[in-house]
Formats: sequence, C-alpha cells, structure tokens
Amino acid sequence: MIEGALWRRWIFYNIPLILFVFVLLFPFYWMIVTTFRPDGELYRPWNAVNYMPFWTNNPTLEHILYLFEETRFARWMFNTMFIALVSTVISLFCGVLAGYALARLNFPYAGGLGTAIFITYLVPQTLLFIPLAEIIRNFRLGDSPWALILTYPTFLIPFCTWLMMGYFKAIPKELEECARIDGASRWKAMVYIIIPVAVPGILSSGIIAFTLSWNEFIYALVFLSSPEQKTVPVGVTSELIRGDVFFWGPLMAGALLGSIPVAIVYSFFVEHYVSGLTGSVKG
Amino acid sequence: MAVTALSAAESKRLSPRLRKLEDERWLALALLTPTAVLLGLFIAYPFFEGVLLSLSNARVGHPGEFVGLKNFYKIWNDSIFHTTVWNTFWYTGVTTVFKLALGLWLAILLNRHFRGKAIIRAFILLPFIIPTVLSTFAWKWMFDPTFSVINWTLFQLGLITTRINWLGDPDLAMTSIIVINIWRGVPFFAITLLAGLQTISPELHEAAAIDGARPWQRFWHVTWPLLMPVTLVVVLFSVIQTFADFQLVYVMTGGGPANATHLFATYAYQLGIGTGLLSEGAAISLAMFPFLFVIVVVQLLYIRRVETR
Repeated sequence: MIEGALWRRWIFYNIPLILFVFVLLFPFYWMIVTTFRPDGELYRPWNAVNYMPFWTNNPTLEHILYLFEETRFARWMFNTMFIALVSTVISLFCGVLAGYALARLNFPYAGGLGTAIFITYLVPQTLLFIPLAEIIRNFRLGDSPWALILTYPTFLIPFCTWLMMGYFKAIPKELEECARIDGASRWKAMVYIIIPVAVPGILSSGIIAFTLSWNEFIYALVFLSSPEQKTVPVGVTSELIRGDVFFWGPLMAGALLGSIPVAIVYSFFVEHYVSGLTGSVKG
Repeated sequence: MAVTALSAAESKRLSPRLRKLEDERWLALALLTPTAVLLGLFIAYPFFEGVLLSLSNARVGHPGEFVGLKNFYKIWNDSIFHTTVWNTFWYTGVTTVFKLALGLWLAILLNRHFRGKAIIRAFILLPFIIPTVLSTFAWKWMFDPTFSVINWTLFQLGLITTRINWLGDPDLAMTSIIVINIWRGVPFFAITLLAGLQTISPELHEAAAIDGARPWQRFWHVTWPLLMPVTLVVVLFSVIQTFADFQLVYVMTGGGPANATHLFATYAYQLGIGTGLLSEGAAISLAMFPFLFVIVVVQLLYIRRVETR
C-alpha cells in the first residue's frame, strides 16, 4: 500500500478506523456499564442534571444476583450450552461425511446433490418454522431440548458440508492414492489419512456451528414453552420483560453473561473462525 | 498420524460390509445417508407440510380442511401485508447498500500492516459473534424513549431540545432497525472482503500507480473488478439473511408501532403463533419463497457470468 505523510495517514486511516471500532464496540460497553449500575442511577431521565451516563461510582452486583436468584438463568445457560454442543457434534459428523463424499467420490448425481446442499444452505429458518412446529408436536418432541438438537442441524449441516467440501477439495488426491497402494481400504484411507488432514476445517466449521446455534432464536422461541427448558436468548426475552415493564439491569446482565461463553470460544479460535467465515463465501 | 497400511492378509479379512464400501457408490451412499435423513425429515417434509398448511384453514387445535388459495387471496388484499412486503424490500435494500459500502471501507482500512491489527480484527467481529437478540437488547436500551443515551448525547451537544421517540414513530423505528442491522452486518462484510482484498497482488496496484493511476482510479479499475466474485457471494448471503430476518425486529418493535415495521417473518409469527392462525402464518412465510428463489437464481447466474468472464 502506498502511503503518504503522517497527517494523511491519520486522516484517511487512523481516525476512521478508531470511529469504526468505537461504534462497533459501544453497545457492549453500554451493556457492561448497565449491568453494574444500581437501579437508582439507571432510571434517571436523559435530561436530568448531573447525570453521568458513561460511568458509575457505585457499582453493584444486584442485577447479576437477581438473575441467578429470581430467574432460571443458570439453567438457561446449561440448556443453551448442551443444545449447542450436541447439535454441533451431530452436524459436524454429518457434514464431514457428506462433504467428503461430495468432494472426493465419483457417483451418479454427485453434482445435483452438491447443488441441493447449496440450496438448503440458503433456506432461512423463518421459512419453515410454522409447519416445523406442527411436525415437532406430532413427533412429541415439543418443549424438550431434542426439538432443537434435531432441528438446528438443518441449517448447520449444509453449512458444515459446504465448508468441508472446500477443505477436502484442497487435499491432493495423491495422498489418498498412496494409502490405497499401501493396502488401506477406502474407509480407512478416509478415516486415518484424509480426515486428520482436514482437522483445521473441522475446527472452523465446529466453532461457527457452535456460535450459530447459540445465536438461534425463532425455533427456540416457538418450540419451547416452560421456563426451565428455555435457552438464554428466549429466557431473557420472555422472563425479564413483564408486559410493558423491562427489567433493564437484569436484562443487560443476562445479555452480558449470555454472550461470554461465545466470546470465550471465539477468542480461543479467532483464526479458525475467520478462515471458516471466509471459506464459507468461497463459491 | 496413525500407521494405516494394511497387509495383504489383513485386507482379505475385511468384513463383507467393509468390502462393499470399497465401491465408491456404496461408500457415497453410506456417507450421505445421515445428512439426507435429517435434511429430508426437517427441511423437505416441513416444506411439503407448509404448502399443505397454507392451502388449508387450520388453526391451533383445529386441523382444518383444504380451501385452495383462499389464504393467499386474503393476504394479497391485506394492507398490513402490503406494508410488510414494502418494509422487507426497503430494509433489505438499504441495509445491503450500507453494509457493502461501510464493510468495504473498513476492509480497506484493515488491509495494511499496523500494530495491533490482529486484535482490532478480532474485536471488530464481535457484533457478528454475539447472539443477535442479546446485542439488540443493548440497542433497545440505548434507544429507550425516556432513558436513551443517544438522546442524552445529542442533547448535551446541543443538537436537540426535546426527546426523540426512536421506536414510537414508524419511520424512526424502521430507521433504528436498519441502523442496528447495518451495525451487525458490517463486520461480516469487512472480514470476508478483507480476505478477498488480500488475494489481490500488490504488484497490480504498483503497476497501475506507475502508469499514473490516481488512488480512486486504482480502486475502481483494479480492486473493485477483482473483488467482484467475493462481493457477489457475500451480498447473496447477506440479502437472504436480511430478507428473512426475525430476531432484530421482534426484539426492537415486535412489528409495531401499529404494525408499521413488520417483516415477512415477524408478521407470519404474529399471525401463525401469536393469534394461532396457522394456515395464514404459513402462507405468509411461504410468500417469501418466490422472492428468495428469484434473488438466488439471479445472483447465481450473475456470479457464474462474472466468474467465467
């Protein structure tokens, strides 16, 4: 990149970048401040005198305590974690196998099936939630974690398959052929040679699948009804708003704590996440 | 890595089932079965059920019978549905333009070497990682009519004298929702476009610069055409997600005030789940399908044209 004098770099690069970062991160800062701000300070009108919205001198844990004592927040966290983990594992299993078949095997209709996977990749959850709710009820899965564990793979598998196809295609054919010449069966060549090479891809798909299931909302909202079965996003939405009254302190505390597991997983695997994200848009 | 070569004697001892998997067609069938079962059961079957449901008069607790296209006729004449269709296109169009422009700008800002680049890139993706519902609540609190920090800031800067009721006015509510969607989508655009930018060789820029191209010309004649394939796919994904969006509007306004900010999904939810008119809800959801279908086909054709050019 060709760059000029220092002042130009500040005007054209550094200041815009700082503004971007500020706007993108401010809502999270606001979440944190609200979590630790006592109610007395929270509900002061925006034009009150001596109002200092960006900082508090009396931090409190009352909102976090409220969350754990008055709601089933711990249970929601556990539910979300459990559902996200199990549906991720199921989707990875299916996606890795299907991705391998579509990328490396010759069989009739392979091209058509690849297109079909791509099309399901593009089906949004909001297209099917009403008939799916009926089906879940007919299968007697309503109000149980299995309603979500079995339906989340519908948007996770196409994604994992698509991403894994890209990774598998990049592995040279010779690697497999060598193993076959040495006498490995097709199955063993796949399990012991190709899949280990594709581990970075599996990690990337797994992390993105995990964040996607943690983020899912409409299925969880429609399929679950009792407070102890809910996931964090649904629990926070339905139990911390009573009629028109918003419990902003606990709401922000719930939003903050509910984001932490995803943020931790993300922080450990940033590079994998980014490579998965960029891989997912490669045609 | 494990030692995997099998001796000749060992390979003879393969069970009949494993020997069958030596045939690529059988192996492919075995590998694709779990995926086919799950997707068939929870995508193809619900789609089929959804079509049947939208052609019936089913309500909660009432199985309903076949009524033909009556539901579609009804929503065709429903003024809220008209608003919904308009809102969805407006929302999708405006946010996509802004997400692309700002995302590209941010990607260009990040496409240099500077200290702390990795950390900034990691932090920038946060709006995209954090569950949408949870971050949208933070925005809702920022847009609160009485306690809005945005109003406070504008008031302190002397830009306003009375409060702005962000979510009470239909146009302002829609604008607020659009702002939040852009906020959430820009990181995705920036990071994926950054990956595209990094595949463009700097030598091309240098060559253009030596030939006397101004920075803007270098962008327009070198960067933009080379970035086109990635841009199109990113836009395709974003358009579909935005068109079918639910969470953001559900949390911010629930479709209000007075049904002015509904998208397809929130209106389908309100009718289908809220009031129990399953068949009409299913019809509204399915009404998205032709639009999505056209968007996908047009985009895919265009992508193919750009890639084979």
